[in-house]
Amino acid sequence: MKGNEAIAHAAIRCGCDGYFGYPITPQSEILETLAVEKPWETTGMVVLQAESEVASINMIYGGGGSGKRVMTSSSSPGVALMQEGIAYMAGAEIPGLIVNVQRGGPGLGTIQPSQGDYFQATRGGGNGDYYVLVLAPSSVQEMADFVDLSFELAFKYRIPAMILSDGVVGQVMEKVVLPPFKPRRTEEEILRECPWATTGRKGGRPINVITSLELRPEAMERHNLHLQEKYQQIRENEVRYEELLVDDAEYLIVAFGSAARIAQKAISELRKEGIRVGLLRPITLWPFPTKRIAELSGHMKGMLTFEINAGQMVEDVRLAVEGRTPVTHYGKMGGIVPTPDELIERLKGDFSL
Amino acid sequence: MENIISPENIVYEKPTLLNDADMHYCPGCSHGVVHKLIAEVIEEMGMTEKAVGISPVGCAVFAYKYIDIDWQEAAHGRAPAIASAIKRLWPDRLVFTYQGDGDLACIGTAETIHALNRGENIAIIFINNAIYGMTGGQMAPTTLMGMKTATCPYGRQADLHGYPLKITEIAAQLEGTCYVTRQSVHSVAAIRKAKRAIRQAFENSVNRRGSSLVEIVSTCSSGWKKTPVEANKWMEEHMFDFYHVGDLKNNQD
Repeated sequence: MKGNEAIAHAAIRCGCDGYFGYPITPQSEILETLAVEKPWETTGMVVLQAESEVASINMIYGGGGSGKRVMTSSSSPGVALMQEGIAYMAGAEIPGLIVNVQRGGPGLGTIQPSQGDYFQATRGGGNGDYYVLVLAPSSVQEMADFVDLSFELAFKYRIPAMILSDGVVGQVMEKVVLPPFKPRRTEEEILRECPWATTGRKGGRPINVITSLELRPEAMERHNLHLQEKYQQIRENEVRYEELLVDDAEYLIVAFGSAARIAQKAISELRKEGIRVGLLRPITLWPFPTKRIAELSGHMKGMLTFEINAGQMVEDVRLAVEGRTPVTHYGKMGGIVPTPDELIERLKGDFSL
Repeated sequence: MENIISPENIVYEKPTLLNDADMHYCPGCSHGVVHKLIAEVIEEMGMTEKAVGISPVGCAVFAYKYIDIDWQEAAHGRAPAIASAIKRLWPDRLVFTYQGDGDLACIGTAETIHALNRGENIAIIFINNAIYGMTGGQMAPTTLMGMKTATCPYGRQADLHGYPLKITEIAAQLEGTCYVTRQSVHSVAAIRKAKRAIRQAFENSVNRRGSSLVEIVSTCSSGWKKTPVEANKWMEEHMFDFYHVGDLKNNQD
């Protein structure tokens, strides 16, 4: 099935309580699949087509703030519209899932694939000092697997999680093993697991308030320090990446999502020519595998960051490498997906091979 | 004196859900009265354990500091979207928003119209004082023609500012609404009527009869630069001419 369809099926199967979204290419199959599957008749999952992405993200704010596992999905311009709501969620510490099946920009851009929202996803995107936890799937299988993982991490840390996919992974058809069925949590389970949620003030407990507002500077500083501590914990515990042929490598390609698939093909061709190239694929884009890249940089003659954009993740790679080895970038924009041959040629050129 | 202060002589009590926090509202402001009515109605309905309120951006942003129920504080204008999701995910809860005219009828027009048009089982309490109070008296979507504010200092005129928006009349046209009414809280009689309206809107939410909108035509003595008494008089003389008080739609009739 398509990556977008896998997201929808995985949501139904992993105990998701609600999906709220607005159609936009290239991800409308997520809402369409849910509408066909009618999970409200089986698991009780709510599915609602909202009036805008602004409304969708605020529905996630409301649902997540009331302790429910809720998600939305969109593509780049729609996710840009959601940034206000995401910042509010970060401030109010609301868990939730946002899926971005990226297309080219800026602005209305194109409906063809892109990885141009790396900065937006990993730098917070809205106002204030915050991060969202970003997972980058490179296959239909990971589209399915990352839905439950995102919810688990989002609730563990009370943080919005994002699946940063792209038009290639969203539209490509691959075999997928759907996750095992997991029931939605009962009211009692939600009350136990989310004592902070606005579920109604049962038994005369103190009131629960979901807000990102605090006008007293000292209290607001304390809240911000608390958020920063949480982000530090996430940096220490939740970095995920995958390596391919790194042990004997002299050169390293760093690529995420669909670009990593193209890089794999290029690496197997380069290896046939005797050029020892490996791949590091960040799975979490935030937190970024900074430490691992720093470790590897000492052994490499050069690194190439391969992204379907003008060069965004390359900044994080360079911050990790700190000049220990040359770091170059290759990518294309406008909705053009580079071929393995183009990547091979570029790597040889960059490092005079 | 000691003999007079005894439980059997009580003729008026503050609802227990309204706590003792000092309100930040200005003297003469309608918000305090409406807060009290909401607290009374929730208490009388026995819904304290199932009520969730959504506060707006505007003067009522801190509503959660005064009424002891669970609250979510919304981004400017987005309260109806938040309420829609909570009510769909928790169908047996009493879910209501509390919004001012800038929040509901300007920046949040889309969320307001669409939540009402979907027939979300929520109640919207809409405070219309024809001005932006929190930011210091700027023009609102509901500012009357000729009315002076900080951003229309020579009076609202159509060619520069457009016309005041009767969003409650629009709401009454929508299939999803079951109860749309306009009330005020400037006299004891009006307060009693407004309380009945809030009660009905809240019962509609609990019983899932569709969307309810209760507009409260309100005063803003600070924004209008009047004493509380003058503000009430000005509201009766000017606001009620344009914003007619009464039920616009009641499907229970």
